[in-house]
Parts: sequence; C-alpha cells; structure tokens
Amino acid sequence: MTRPSFFGLILIAPALAMIAALFLYPLGFSLTSAFTVPGGGFSLTHFEKAIDLYSTDILFTLFIVITSTLLTALFSIAIAGTLTLGETPWLISSLRFLYRWPLFIPFIVAAQCMRTFLAKNGLMNNSFVAMGIMEPLQATSFLDWRGIIITFVWKQVPFVTLMLAGAMASIDRATIEAGRNLGASRLRVLIEIVLPQVAQTLLVGLVLSFVTMLSVLSVPMMVAGSQPTMMTVDMAFRINSYGDYATANALGVISYAIAGAVAWIYLRHNVKREIAA
Amino acid sequence: MSIETQASTAIRQGSVPALRGVASSSRRGFSPFAVRGWGVLSTILKGLGLAVFAFALFGPLANLALWSVAERWYTPFKLPVTYGMRYWEVVFRPTGDAMSSLATSVSIACLTVVVALAVSVPAGYALARLKLPFRTVLMIVFLLPQAFPSVAIYINVARVFYSLGLTGTIPGVVLVHAAHGLVYSVWIAAAAFAAVDKDLELAARNIGASPLRTFFTITLPLAAPGIMASAIFVFLESLDEFTGTFFVGVPQVTTLPLLLYNASMGGNYQIASITALILLVPSVLFMIFIERFLKADVLSKVGQ
Repeated sequence: MTRPSFFGLILIAPALAMIAALFLYPLGFSLTSAFTVPGGGFSLTHFEKAIDLYSTDILFTLFIVITSTLLTALFSIAIAGTLTLGETPWLISSLRFLYRWPLFIPFIVAAQCMRTFLAKNGLMNNSFVAMGIMEPLQATSFLDWRGIIITFVWKQVPFVTLMLAGAMASIDRATIEAGRNLGASRLRVLIEIVLPQVAQTLLVGLVLSFVTMLSVLSVPMMVAGSQPTMMTVDMAFRINSYGDYATANALGVISYAIAGAVAWIYLRHNVKREIAA
Repeated sequence: MSIETQASTAIRQGSVPALRGVASSSRRGFSPFAVRGWGVLSTILKGLGLAVFAFALFGPLANLALWSVAERWYTPFKLPVTYGMRYWEVVFRPTGDAMSSLATSVSIACLTVVVALAVSVPAGYALARLKLPFRTVLMIVFLLPQAFPSVAIYINVARVFYSLGLTGTIPGVVLVHAAHGLVYSVWIAAAAFAAVDKDLELAARNIGASPLRTFFTITLPLAAPGIMASAIFVFLESLDEFTGTFFVGVPQVTTLPLLLYNASMGGNYQIASITALILLVPSVLFMIFIERFLKADVLSKVGQ
C-alpha cells in the first residue's frame, strides 16, 4: 500500500466536513467580520474600538490566565513530585486518592461551588473564623480576580498532575535512585533529574490548560463581578446587548493571537529539542 | 556535569554503595530520642498538609452540598438555619424545570454520541489502518475546535445557524456539541483500532472472510471497549457543555448547565446547588471508573 487510499479519504470525509462546517467556516466568518467594514474594505477600526473599550480587560485576562498557569504548574509539580519521590506510603496513597476529584467536574459546577465557598459568608471564611485563625470582621469576599484564579487552579491542577504523574512514573527509576544514593535531597532530585525528563509533558499540559482557561465563559461570569472582567464575558456582552459582532470578533481575534503565541512558544521548544537531539 | 550524568555513570559502574543507609544510620546513632521527635513532628506536618489539601479540595463541594439541603441560610449564621429537602422536592417534581432540563440534556448528549460515533468510527478506522496523505495534519484538524478560544467561534456558529433556522433547536445544539467532542471520539477510536492485532484480521481474511465481514466480526468487536470509552467522553462533554449551548441553544433549549447558570444568577442557590450535584454524579463516576474503560494499550496509542 504505497498509494494513498481513496477509500480511506471517503471514510474520513464526513468527520472532516463536520469540522469544516462547524469550525473552519465560522473561523473564517470571525476573521472577515473583524477585519472588514460594512462597505467591504479591509480595516482595523474594530480593533481600535476593541482596544479602546477593553484594553484593561485584555490585560486583566492575560494576568489571570498567566498567573493561573504558573500556579497550576507549581502545584502540579509539587503533587506529582510527592507521588513519585515520597517515602511515606500513607501520604502517597491518600494524596493519590484525593488529588483527582476535580478532574471531570464541569467548570460551571466548579464556578457554583466557588461562588458560595469564597463568598464573604462562605464556608471558607466561616471555617477560618470557627478555627480562630481569623476575626469575623476581617472576613472579605474572594469573589474577584482571586476567585477566578482559585477556581481555575482548583480545576486544572488535577489534569496537569495526572499527565505529569504518568510521565514521572514512566521515567527510569534508576536515575532517581542514583541521585538519591549520591546524597542529593529529594527536592534537588525533583528539580535536576525528574523535571527535565518530563518537561515536554508539563509543557503540553500547561498549554492546553492555558487555552482552556482563556476560553471559559462561565467562571468569570459567575465567580467575579462585572469590572474588570475577562475577554470572553466582554464578547458575550457585545453580542447579547448590542448585537455588535465586529467588536466581539476583533476581541476574538485578539484571543486567537494570545493562544497562538502560547502555541508558538510550545512549537519553538519542540523544534529546539529536536535539533538538540 | 549534572547529578543526572554522575548518577547514571555511578549506576553503570555498579559502584553505588548504600550511601543513604550510612547517612541515616549515622543520624540514628545520634540520639534515638531526637530522631523519634523529628519523626513525630514530620508525621504531624504531613498530616496537617494533607488536611489543608483536603479542605481546599472538598470545602467547595461541601458548601455545595450544604446549600442543597439548606431551606434558610442567611448572614450571621455560619451554617444553614433550617435544613430540609424542600428544594429537592421542587427540583424532582415531575413537572419542574429541572426534570425537563435533565431530559433535554440527556437526549442531547445521546444524540451527540450517535452523531459523533457515526462520523468518527469510519474516520478512526481510516486513520488507524489505511494510508492517508498528511495524516498528522488530519489528526491535528480534529484538535482545533478544542485548541481555539471557543467563545469567538460559537458566536459565529450562532450567527450562521440563525440564518439556517438552527438556533434554539436541539439539532443545532447537537451539532455544536458533536464538533467539540470529535477530538475525543476520533482520537480514541483511532487508538482503539490501532490496538487491534492485525494478525487476527489477516487470519480471518485467509480463511475466506470478506473485508466487510472481517471488520464487523473481528475488528469492531475488539475495538469496542475503546469506542465505548470515547462515547462516554463525548456524552460527558455534551452533558457539561455550557458556552456553546449559551450562544446556540437560547432561549428555547435549556440544558442542566444553563438551568444552573440561570438559577445561580437569579440568587436561587438551592436550585443551582442541586442541579450542580446532579451534574457531578456522572463526572465523579467516570473519574472512578475511567481506568476500566481505557486500557493501557489503547491509552498509549492516543494521539499517535
């Protein structure tokens, strides 16, 4: 079978047609709508308007998503590292049982949980007050940028940890044992021996998380107030309140650009690795 | 250079003494009392860390569960003032909004599975067994709907659907969900077909079975568990989907996530929390049972 199979192309055609109709065509639609004026010519006026109105929200979105990604990386490395290098069996088994819970919980359910948990009178503040860690008057609502970040990290850490722990389990144990035997601390073994071997997996998990968090609509709508907010909420607002597709699509193209930049960082890392190999 | 290379050379030469054993025994030789104290302290610290972690994980879920049984709960009180199942009764009343939303959600999810499998079983087979030009590009095409910020796509899908009369209809929502879930169904189906032993197919052909019969009696049954797993993925993805339904389904199609959103924004936390708990059940079940459905031999071939 050296010739491409014509039969194979027929089999895959319906699936491709679906992607073309439901993804590529709307994508083209959004690009045309963002870059042209009603007369038909090319124009950047929609971008001027989008940046004029929403530059704060664009920066806010970047801040939220980047911070959440970094925190997700930190927690995932800590948990996966403990699972791989830990020497306390009961700690490892309970951690392994615990960390996965939020994995398949939908964003909208996570948002509803946090909406009550992080409120001024939510269970979090109430527990702190009951334990005597905090005075009742110090209780503040976390339902702002902090709430969005907490929800994103809560939801994404299990996903990245699952990938990372899988990758760490499949590396050569001998390298870890050797490092430990030569007297390196577990932290040093994690950073200098384990992490470099799973960097690729970590990067994939983080890129996927980044794009997911960039696209979520329910969490910023339900967890945080209206100002400032994330770009997804602004897009929905432009459509639902003004029917303003042009500005919404300009914001959409800006979000593609952000996602594209992250994908580019990932691809560049890949290419570098292949050259080095 | 790095410890890594030092360590691996040490291993290769077989010259690694039980350094750690020496170190710890010398520490043990210090003072048994101090060591035991350190051990207890470290156990307490680990237990404390685990407790904080469990609180961060389950605190939000506990708050959700409390709200679902709280009949009255207002500010100075740390816990609900009166408990009761009144809102559960409201939600599960046969004529209630929640039951009709549940029916809508489940039927949309089932239809989505049918549509997604109908296109992805042939596509998965072609990707796994037949020679296709630009195979990697084709695989990545299915990932695109998940790898792009989806809100901007959905607003345009809604616009296109509006001109076709598909907004606010079940078929419109099903199409959006199916396109979004296609990456799971195609990738997992391709992995499931790739994991089927080719020799079994060849054996069937050798004793005279037609290609079609071989596919339906050998290949498909052997790939079935993997395809089942992809169906579950697509089902859950559809059940939990909010953004696409928010733009394409309104106002006529109200799935459970939309009911949750409306109840929560309207301040009705009891209804929102009960709806959220209903959505949690399949997610948690799947988290527990995923390893039974996705065998390692299939999992290792996903995305290849």
